Amino acid sequence: MAKKTALIQGNEACAHAAIYAGCTFFAGYPITPSSEIAEVLSKELPKIGGKFIQMEDEIAAMAAIIGASLCGHKVMDASSGPGMSLKQELIGYACIAEIPCVIVNVMRGGPSTGMPTGPSQSDVMQARWGTHGDHATIAVAPASCQEIFSETVRAFNLAETYRMPVQILMDEIVAHMREKIVFPEPGELEILNRQLPAVSPADYKPFDTSFGDVPPLAAMGSNYRYHVTGLNKAPDGFPTTTAELVDAEERRQLRKVEANASAIEKNEEYLVDDAEIIILAFGITSRSARFAVDNLRKEGVRAGLFRPITLWPFPEKRVAGLAGQVKAIIVPEMNLGQLIHEVERVVKGSCKLAGLGRVDGEPITPYQIIDKVKEVL
Amino acid sequence: MSQRYEIRFSGAGGQGLITAGIILAEAAAIIEGKHAVQSQSYGPEARGGASKSEVIIADSPIDYPKATQVNACLALTQEAADKYAHGIIDQGVLLIDSDLVKNPPQGNFTLYRLPIIHTAKVEIGREIVANVVALGAMVALTGVVSFKSGEQAVLARVPSAFKELNQKAYRVGFEKMKEIL
Amino acid sequence: MAFDYEKYIRPGKLPHIWCPGCGHGIVMKGLIRAIDKCGLSKNRTAIISGIGCASRLPGYVDFNTVHTAHGRAAAFATGMKMADPGLTVLCVGGDGDGVAIGGNHFIHACRRNIDITYIIMNNHIYGMTGGQFSPCTPTDGFASTTPYGNPDPVFDIAKLAIGAGATFVARTTAYHANQIDKMIVEGIQHKGFSVIEILDCCPTSYGRRNKFRSVVEMMKQHKELAVPVTAAAKMTPEDLQGKIITGILHQEEKPEYCEQYARLIDKVQAQTAGKG
Repeated sequence: MAKKTALIQGNEACAHAAIYAGCTFFAGYPITPSSEIAEVLSKELPKIGGKFIQMEDEIAAMAAIIGASLCGHKVMDASSGPGMSLKQELIGYACIAEIPCVIVNVMRGGPSTGMPTGPSQSDVMQARWGTHGDHATIAVAPASCQEIFSETVRAFNLAETYRMPVQILMDEIVAHMREKIVFPEPGELEILNRQLPAVSPADYKPFDTSFGDVPPLAAMGSNYRYHVTGLNKAPDGFPTTTAELVDAEERRQLRKVEANASAIEKNEEYLVDDAEIIILAFGITSRSARFAVDNLRKEGVRAGLFRPITLWPFPEKRVAGLAGQVKAIIVPEMNLGQLIHEVERVVKGSCKLAGLGRVDGEPITPYQIIDKVKEVL
Repeated sequence: MSQRYEIRFSGAGGQGLITAGIILAEAAAIIEGKHAVQSQSYGPEARGGASKSEVIIADSPIDYPKATQVNACLALTQEAADKYAHGIIDQGVLLIDSDLVKNPPQGNFTLYRLPIIHTAKVEIGREIVANVVALGAMVALTGVVSFKSGEQAVLARVPSAFKELNQKAYRVGFEKMKEIL
Repeated sequence: MAFDYEKYIRPGKLPHIWCPGCGHGIVMKGLIRAIDKCGLSKNRTAIISGIGCASRLPGYVDFNTVHTAHGRAAAFATGMKMADPGLTVLCVGGDGDGVAIGGNHFIHACRRNIDITYIIMNNHIYGMTGGQFSPCTPTDGFASTTPYGNPDPVFDIAKLAIGAGATFVARTTAYHANQIDKMIVEGIQHKGFSVIEILDCCPTSYGRRNKFRSVVEMMKQHKELAVPVTAAAKMTPEDLQGKIITGILHQEEKPEYCEQYARLIDKVQAQTAGKG
């Protein structure tokens, strides 16, 4: 039998993928341009016995998904701009208490209310550093409806594997455009679940590092009773100010992502092998960049595209390697210069670097990129 | 890079032009197996204002999903014509509502006029199907999908109680356009 | 035989952080007695708190416990209860945590009538941060941020809860130790959102600044001002001025949120099955 196909929006693909990944609990608060995710899940989750709740604000939505995740559910929340600003408090809670959850940010212009219906890519650094304190970050940035599906599934897998919040960064265009997607069959995409304790309840500690950097997580309400706090905690989950315990825990929480960066990172490379200039772009802008690369190649310019699908952790080794073999890297992004700072940090002056920003609510066009490439070369 | 065909539907919010774009994209991508992307721009108004819906159709995967050089454009209101009927290539086409767009934009494209809203209201009996009349006309004008594929996509999208009405709207729009071509 | 509190206290977690004279310990013991009376299973009970002195309570007791962020207890608890409706979910916290920063979550939990019992220890002050005024600090009262007396009007937590839709609302004080467990038992057994406001004493941050010479004086005031709800019914508004009405102030039966959602799931699944 032919696989099921449909012409659907990115937001719809994201919602259906969540269910495919095993999501059984969604909490949200209405906000443009993310609302379709909540709308689809309010319809689909009850069909599989899952729960949808619209909370009183974006902070509450984060709180509710963290609570549900502690009770063993796979959970998701979706928001945008001002909503993401509010969520930072509890994204930090999910980081320190190590609670798996997926948060979709359909980026819009800002700061503040900004441009609710216009596309943007200006939350790159918020995704990395939005909540206070040192913490690891995983964020993915899909660029098509099909990829939104597969990356949403991967976001759940990463959240469950590393016991932490994972953000999906989309922009208004990929979220709202409609493309044909082929729905994967059950079992076609890998589904990963959090590691449950193998020890007896009496021996269980929620942050027991004897099982590695990602301790098993029991569901509250099962036979494992434990304590969770947003304070710095000892392996038993209770607050501590003991210097060496605090230090060890803080470092472990960064290490669980840093040490696994190569497993988490995912990039797409297009015509980079012989490239003299590379356009480094993600999300919707990467599609303009690909169009630009094809046109430039026709004109004899050896252009290539490097597209980080995982934005955080940033693929620093690969980008540093590419910088050594090209004349220049161009970073078009729908903000006034965010990801370019990360590229600059990694490239360390080994090639020319130029940014191209746009914040007027319109996408960066292929022709803008082509002009920029010609200007730089 | 694939040969792209770019179509823009524009009008007032609430006229159903986003739906017209979706139906065209479904006809191309789902029924004819081509590649298609539909996108839209919208403001804070649910009704009124100017809205546009763009469809890119190609034989191979589409990278940039927005219009770059419009092959065919529809404008149902003067505001939409002023705001969105631009970027049309030489040899491109612009279809306007002959009653509502009194000052069509100038350019090296071919201009066509049809009383789309009037046709929906008077000949079909329901102004609400103006978008499907327009879709029929655009399919006739561009030939980017077949008459049959467009019709099948219309029928797949509308509720059963309105199938006949929409089928008629699509057919009348298609035929009226054919008459003036 | 004396009640065995040890059974419910986590080994090694005492002494608590509360000051001598603070009423939170009285409330904790009342809560433990209430849970015991209700025969709740430790594994199937969750106690959720926000931030503040009162919110440290969950760390001391042997249940599933979540010390969340400031003000967010009700929202976390809502997620947990929805996720596992068979779990008994209790919230504990203070006045500032519950009805200032957490006010929005509090009123919406009331509105949903989700089956959670929320115990608010109202000591009229932000104790942990050093005695700043809260929405429950009396007008003209002194706090570290009202050096000239408090210009703000006061929140009546019980009235707020009733107005927002809570279906069980009770009030008592830390002085009325024996009423605390009684009210909590009633709250737990009530199907729906239950609020138990317990007027509490903070001798360190509130008493000291407001001319209470000792915590005994603060307790005595609770004793003297308390009027049982049945007696209050026979008194005039003038007579009730400044009094603390105690007991069950409001109780009604209304659909509970998780049950409503379960019915929604049944309806949707029946429709889907009908189509398939």
